[in-house]
Amino acid sequence: MNCGDEKIQEETRKILENYPQEKDRLIGILNDVQEKFGYVPREAQNEISKYLGISLAEIYGVITFYSRFTTEPKGKYNISVCLGTACFVKGSQAIYDRVKERLNIEPGKATPDGLFSFCDVRCVGACGLAPVFMVNDEVYGNATVKKLDEVLDKIIAEEKK
Amino acid sequence: MAKTREEIDEIRVAKRKELELRTNKNAPTTEKHILVCRGTGCTSSKSPKIIEELRRIIEEKNIPNVRVIQTGCFGLCSKGPIVIVRPEDTFYSHVKIEDCEEIVDAVAAGTKVERLLCKDVDGKTVESLDELNFYKKQKRIALQNCGVIDPENIEEYIAFDGYKALEKVLFSMSQDDVISEIEKSGLRGRGGGGFPTATKWKFVKAAQGDIKYVVCNADEGDPGAFMDRSILEGDPNGVIESMAIAGYAVGASHGVIYVRAEYPIAVHRLRIAIKQAEEYGLLGNNIFGTDFSFDIEIRLGAGAFVCGEETALLESTEGRRGQPRGKPPFPANVGLFQKPTLINNVETYANVSKIILNGSDWFASIGTEKSKGTKVFALGGNVVNVGLVEVPMGTTLREIVFDIGGGIPNGREFKAAQTGGPSGGCIPAEHLDIPVDYDTLLSIGSMMGSGGLIVMDNTKCMVDIAKFYLDFTVSESCGKCNPCRIGTKRMHEILTRICEGKGTPEDIPKLEKLAKQIKASSVCGLGQTAPNPVLSTMNFFKDEYLEHCTEHKCRAGACKAMANIQIDPEKCKGCGLCKRNCPVNAITGEVKQPHHIDPNICIKCGTCADKCPFHAISK
Amino acid sequence: MINLTIDGKNVTVEEGTSVLEAARSIGIDIPTLCFLKDINEVGDCRMCIVEIEGRRGFSTSCITKVEEGMVVKTNTKEVNEARRTVLDLILSNHHRDCLTCIRNGNCELQTLAQKFNIQNVEYEGEKIDYPIDDKSPSIVRDSNKCILCRRCVATCKKVQNIGAIETIGRGFTSKISTIEDCSLADSNCTFCGQCIEACPTGALHEKDNTEDVWKAIYDKDKYVVVQTAPAIRVAIGEEFGMPIGTNATGKMVTALKTMGFDKVFDTNTGADLTIMEEANEFIERVTQGGVLPMITSCSPGWIRFCEKNFPDQLSHLSSCKSPHQMFGAVLKSYYAEKFGIDREKIVTVSVMPCIAKKYECSRPEMEVDGVRDVDFVITTRELARMIKQANIDFVELEDGKFDDPMGEASGAGAIFGTTGGVMEAAVRTAVETLEGKSVEQVEYKEVRGEKGIKEANLTVAGKEIKIAVASGLANARKIMEQIEKGESPYHFIEIMACPGGCIMGGGQPIKSSKTRMSVDVAGLRRAAIYSIDEASVIRKSHENPVMKMLYDEYFEKPGSHKAHKYLHTEYSGKPLYE
Repeated sequence: MNCGDEKIQEETRKILENYPQEKDRLIGILNDVQEKFGYVPREAQNEISKYLGISLAEIYGVITFYSRFTTEPKGKYNISVCLGTACFVKGSQAIYDRVKERLNIEPGKATPDGLFSFCDVRCVGACGLAPVFMVNDEVYGNATVKKLDEVLDKIIAEEKK
Repeated sequence: MAKTREEIDEIRVAKRKELELRTNKNAPTTEKHILVCRGTGCTSSKSPKIIEELRRIIEEKNIPNVRVIQTGCFGLCSKGPIVIVRPEDTFYSHVKIEDCEEIVDAVAAGTKVERLLCKDVDGKTVESLDELNFYKKQKRIALQNCGVIDPENIEEYIAFDGYKALEKVLFSMSQDDVISEIEKSGLRGRGGGGFPTATKWKFVKAAQGDIKYVVCNADEGDPGAFMDRSILEGDPNGVIESMAIAGYAVGASHGVIYVRAEYPIAVHRLRIAIKQAEEYGLLGNNIFGTDFSFDIEIRLGAGAFVCGEETALLESTEGRRGQPRGKPPFPANVGLFQKPTLINNVETYANVSKIILNGSDWFASIGTEKSKGTKVFALGGNVVNVGLVEVPMGTTLREIVFDIGGGIPNGREFKAAQTGGPSGGCIPAEHLDIPVDYDTLLSIGSMMGSGGLIVMDNTKCMVDIAKFYLDFTVSESCGKCNPCRIGTKRMHEILTRICEGKGTPEDIPKLEKLAKQIKASSVCGLGQTAPNPVLSTMNFFKDEYLEHCTEHKCRAGACKAMANIQIDPEKCKGCGLCKRNCPVNAITGEVKQPHHIDPNICIKCGTCADKCPFHAISK
Repeated sequence: MINLTIDGKNVTVEEGTSVLEAARSIGIDIPTLCFLKDINEVGDCRMCIVEIEGRRGFSTSCITKVEEGMVVKTNTKEVNEARRTVLDLILSNHHRDCLTCIRNGNCELQTLAQKFNIQNVEYEGEKIDYPIDDKSPSIVRDSNKCILCRRCVATCKKVQNIGAIETIGRGFTSKISTIEDCSLADSNCTFCGQCIEACPTGALHEKDNTEDVWKAIYDKDKYVVVQTAPAIRVAIGEEFGMPIGTNATGKMVTALKTMGFDKVFDTNTGADLTIMEEANEFIERVTQGGVLPMITSCSPGWIRFCEKNFPDQLSHLSSCKSPHQMFGAVLKSYYAEKFGIDREKIVTVSVMPCIAKKYECSRPEMEVDGVRDVDFVITTRELARMIKQANIDFVELEDGKFDDPMGEASGAGAIFGTTGGVMEAAVRTAVETLEGKSVEQVEYKEVRGEKGIKEANLTVAGKEIKIAVASGLANARKIMEQIEKGESPYHFIEIMACPGGCIMGGGQPIKSSKTRMSVDVAGLRRAAIYSIDEASVIRKSHENPVMKMLYDEYFEKPGSHKAHKYLHTEYSGKPLYE
């Protein structure tokens, strides 16, 4: 969700309304904010800081501790490669390396055009389909490097249209 | 409206009759239930669409007495999406949306769709679930209701003796009776360490405090393990009921379930279950009209493995960075919000209500002398039947991997099994016949862990596997204490060096010494066990380490830097499968002629070697 | 009482004592790094591990409480090997440029490396190269020297209740930093510098201005005047091995003169001037219905805190500049005129126990007609370094005297160095002014001592005056929240950013965790301050003849137009984060 600072403030305040002003609610709130915007914007952090009376550094410390939280927006297509053990022993590292090579970005970052971002995940729960990667919420099982290439090529081709 | 004891019992009786067909092939009924797995695995392969489609067709064709039910995991994830028709137990595997109409027609006609019937490892078609070898050596206690009931309907849970155990403790047992029953059962913590559950309960009961908490640790972070998630997805009420029992036993009236936000289905079902339990008066004030009150709140994790460590979990629940606390004091005395706190994991709780209901003798009769009951494993990796299994403690590793798991696919050999995830170790073929229980696993340098069981074939390099786990630990170390924060990083650097062919023989003792120091001096369980994958592979596969360091060779061909991918022209049949799967088009060759790899283009991903049906490609 | 055995020695200590404290009480030292008594007792660094009979693995002595019959071993082969490996790992991730490090010779990590006879580091590996944060005028943060003990984090959060810094990231890449890893200058940091006092290594230190000062001293065209704050003289000796609490005023003055300063004055005199203005301002507010409570404004960390956190409450702040700023302004106006010195040629240097003073002297408000009040602020630590640089054997120095005609100061000025001192000094003057006569009582003990918030009721000229004294920003916040809610019962409040006041300022000599555990540093320094007051002939600011001279010859009277021009300032709300 891309929007201006004011909109972020407003949406964050709506989320905050569901929570009592207790410091231990921080992670729940951050989960909701992450879900809402796809990342935790600075404006949202400011609102949370004021609401809970927690310093921004502390909030930032929490955000950077948990891998689910990000402070940068994800790409339109977020590729997550499972590096859980079940997937790893079935070759998911090669798929991970390939995504990194093709997109030429660091995990957690988005491509300059904002189209892709990628990350590794630890077990998406589809061990029966290992190895798997995901494009946003769509799971691709029994994956190969070739299959990944096909999926990426298809997205790129469609976006070019 | 809260229900009375009698009303709950009425529901139990009526509902049980209605659901008899779920567990009894000969149930006197004209109804058919089509059960569709809605665990995460099958959901990933689109089982919700299958449910929708089945219901649509049934409605469209106006077929009476057929219901479509979503359930938790059946266990055999590699066959998913799974559809089972009851009462006859017809087991359909790899069901697609296009298959739905045929299934509905067959159900209506009382026949079976032969082509969708599940095939066992030996290729034989099985008519019903219980014929599968996969299930034959299993014993389901924690998973008893998974795949049987609709987890989003509390009445289905009640039907199968749900909340009967809670009723029993509230009306006929003292707090000490409950703890003593758990003690006699021999139940030990299923989260990893195997600490006697009753001992923990005693500590918390004895602790002084106006408020006490009962916490359920559902922060299953072991990569490749999904036991706890499956329990929560398939039978959330089982955990809720047991938490209430624990609350009664230790004198707590507040429960907290700390669950990973990455488990949306589990969270969703827990929310529903808690809400329904509250509506039925099974949670909340004055449960069953007694003066015992208990509520449960869900707190979400946010992706940090270390939060599975109990004090880190408490920190996280309180809204902070999930950094373990120094001990002492222990959570039993100073826990959540500084109050005495009982923390058990999901699977531990899942056993509690069953023990209360069936008695400690029954439970203690299962398993080995010091490890009672069953253990759920997430069986994965290079094994035919990937999925969720529950076996009596003491079942041998060979039985799990070969009888239940169906052995190693692609005609390869078993090399090792890994238990305990990043805290555990690799067990080599020579120990395939060990009984799987807490103490035996520890004695060979592994551990039970939470239940991840990854099978590895001979294309896996044990140094590379150790590095994989260290990679995990390095990225999951909270960074609080020096041995774990810097030490695991240094171990990983040494392992990387070895895997890149730059290792020296001196690296091996250096690595071993560092590993032992980190074990001894880290603050929490994560650091104290992080070196285990290295130490255990060093113990059982020392020659592979030596080979890497002296000959700069990886026999499994997994260490890319040392890999030399070649096609053996003698073995190559020219089928072209490698060529088609090569992502960088490095392979050339005519049909039925030996193929070639251009080493300048090859990215050493190894896909070709994995795909070659003739094992003609070496790494 | 609990009896236990440590390394074969019997020891009896009070219940609740840690094993670490019990061991140290009988002279058995256990190394620590992350431990900071009462502030950071977490057991993270793993240096203090010991063996306790009957317990699995190592126990963490700083957080393990003694138990009856406990048998502790602090010095086994296993314990020492484990500690050594931990130390080796820390060093493997540390920029080991000790010779050029600001903490060379006073670094807890260096001391341990020596103690463990580390001659080479076994587990070398990646070190992350962090940029150095030196944007602020006060503080420098060098994460390459950080060992993640988190003593600074605990101090900032628990002692000061600011939370400007926190551990960010996870595992090997975690570091101590700010929101979005920004500069401390852009964060909610107040520059109190308490984190520096807590830091065992050179990861946090003051912005060094010694070169600027040397340059001025060596510049023949400049007339370099130095003034020293009340708290310097009772701490500077520590940097030269003198006992904590030594009053080294005379040696300090001699050292400054030897270094080449043209004049050496005493900020205590500036403090007297502050009292003249502040007492007057308070009386005006009380008698003319001004904003109350009035709050002192001597502590620039406190001012920055207030401007950032309570921008709507700034009218409570006294408009008085802090003593050294006032004194700087006097030096460049009255003094320059009186002695015919070109004010542009005067360089004023303040030696302060404080790093926020560096920021204060750079504030745009702190100048008159384009001339800066104070050009450079150096801390006690920087002065000590300069004395060493000048090859001065401090301990052997003869006592010197502050220069005339501005060298006279009262005991009231002296006690500015401790919490409660400004209030007591102000009361000594205000009471006599309000009563219109000399009052016998000089000492107001209710506002003395280490307590974070102290209060007292005075009846002055038939009027009840409620006063409060707070030190440490956590306490300041409590006071301000009360004011914000309109519930403050006080008329006059003294606030100091640092717990204990200036004697414990962020620019004072850094004491190791072990010293802080065993010695009441604040108590000793404070006692020295009060004995200076007691020994003073003049104990009330308004009785200082320099004050009479200043007002007669220049400022007319407290609160005059001219006084406002030179001695007062104004405040403006600032964003909490840039």
